[in-house]
Amino acid sequence: MSAPLVDIRNVSHRFGQLPVLKNVSLAIGPGSYTILLGPSGSGKTTLLSILGGFVTPSEGKVFIRGADCTAVPPAKRPTTTVFQDYALFPHMSVGGNVGFGLRMQGVDGATRAAKARDALALVGLAAAFDKKPHQLSGGQRQRVALARALVIEPAVLLLDEPLGALDLKLRRQMQDELKAIQKRVGTAFIHVTHDQEEAMALADHCVVMNDGRIEDDGPPERVYARPATRFSATFMGESTILAGTVAEARNGIVTASTPVGPISLPGALTAGSPVALAIRPEHIVLGEAKGDIALGMARVDDVVFQGSFKRVLATSTLDTALQLIAKAPASATVQAGDTIPVSCDAQDIILLAD
Amino acid sequence: MRAAVRLAAWVYAVAVYGFIFLPVVVLVLFSLQATSFPIPPFTGPSLRWYQAVLSDARLTSALVNSLLVAVLSSLASVTLGFLSAWGFARFVLPGSAILRGLITLPLTVSYLIIGMGLLVLFNWAGVPKSLLAAGIGHVVINLPLCFAIIYSQMGDHQINIERAARDLGAAEWKVLLMITVPVMAPAIFAGFFLSMTFSWDEFVISFLLTRFETTLPVEIWNLLRSGLNPKTNAVGSLVFAVSIVLVVFFELTLLRRKPA
Repeated sequence: MSAPLVDIRNVSHRFGQLPVLKNVSLAIGPGSYTILLGPSGSGKTTLLSILGGFVTPSEGKVFIRGADCTAVPPAKRPTTTVFQDYALFPHMSVGGNVGFGLRMQGVDGATRAAKARDALALVGLAAAFDKKPHQLSGGQRQRVALARALVIEPAVLLLDEPLGALDLKLRRQMQDELKAIQKRVGTAFIHVTHDQEEAMALADHCVVMNDGRIEDDGPPERVYARPATRFSATFMGESTILAGTVAEARNGIVTASTPVGPISLPGALTAGSPVALAIRPEHIVLGEAKGDIALGMARVDDVVFQGSFKRVLATSTLDTALQLIAKAPASATVQAGDTIPVSCDAQDIILLAD
Repeated sequence: MRAAVRLAAWVYAVAVYGFIFLPVVVLVLFSLQATSFPIPPFTGPSLRWYQAVLSDARLTSALVNSLLVAVLSSLASVTLGFLSAWGFARFVLPGSAILRGLITLPLTVSYLIIGMGLLVLFNWAGVPKSLLAAGIGHVVINLPLCFAIIYSQMGDHQINIERAARDLGAAEWKVLLMITVPVMAPAIFAGFFLSMTFSWDEFVISFLLTRFETTLPVEIWNLLRSGLNPKTNAVGSLVFAVSIVLVVFFELTLLRRKPA
């Protein structure tokens, strides 16, 4: 990564007595699409508000393009925000909305109108220039908000759950468009969501947050394949978690005792430490053992047909507290009530310190 | 049985509306009287008493005074009310609830008490009885009203709209003038027209605080001291007509919402 565009250093924030961000540090590169992913209450929206200048952090600093912006008001920092409720100006036309930022910069009317038209064309709403916001649909208002924020060419565009209010189909469509627009303008986007599918589809850089901390941070492929923490393994996609303790650690090989027996993996943990082994649903093999590590027998609780695959929920017969989530082909004949052997490959097991 | 209930409902409705509106109807009807006494039988219709009102310099100057006091005091009330509503809605203030209660408290105090209080205060401060003094009195009674109307319409949704404006580079006064005021325009106009209505036919405070130049209600009271005649009906009808216009404006601005 080149010199970071946004550099968040040791930021903590409290609302009254309640800590919402705990010593968060994060660097964001120019031109990247960053997703802050986390459940509600994880601090992701607060972090976005700190970047936008609406909240000044209790501790820590925020640098944008190398300049300390920690206490710079929103009007004076090179960021713009697309609000969750769009926050369009209801008394102005769409063109007036989009041109507002330029008007504040003292740009003359003709240039303003031309640039606003360009920005509206970029989001596919060239015809809406003279309409009022209340004449537009939710998806169109979303685009106007995006055009309004992009037209002043910010260094960083902040999006607060921008797709949260749209229905599923429109959401997937807008998701693709957001990505395309970001590619075209090249501005760094920082986008807050709790939807992990959205995160995987959009992010170049995925930041998983929980309880005021960053749990994991990297390209979404890496975060999915090799999550850094147990939380990230269960929040970014699903996982079966085998909880256990390290029985033996020698020569870079860790042997963990788990409810389904000892499992040996490469790793660097010390003996006696608690450990979690995460396995993605698509890596769990159902039926006669084909994987190199047997996970015992499991009783199938539920089979959910999902179109291209079947989602299988099962309980281990060795430990009823162990829930397994597997992805079976759509043609699989497995049914609820079956008791079947389960296995997986050692290379697909993710070893996490617990 | 059902027919009887319906009939009773109609009789009740007519009685209630008659009770409310009969005095006004009588007032307006006898303002059109052709003879010199506003008592039955009705001899009109005639506009001679309206002509008499409009050619009476004292009444017309009182009418102008009243309009002036109403417009200026309402402008002051709505401006101050808007600013305080915005302050309370957007900033965390210590004792906010108590302060909000205090600002609306004058709504519950009688005009007589407010008028007397101002009279004593102005006497002590050396402010002479005048239209200005009466106008200040009207601001005292109308500011809480404007505050209450505007504050009730300031929702959380507008917070993000203001934030968006700030985010796009607007200075605070531009946010207020270009965003908050236009977005709040229905409530601001409603406050303005309601203040106008109240100021327009306010009597007690104007009576106590004006001397030579005075407002229309006080002038009408002077006129009534010399007994009833259709001229008082005519001027009363004019006052009523203006009030109706103001109330209609109020209803149009506040109650008829634009499609969201």
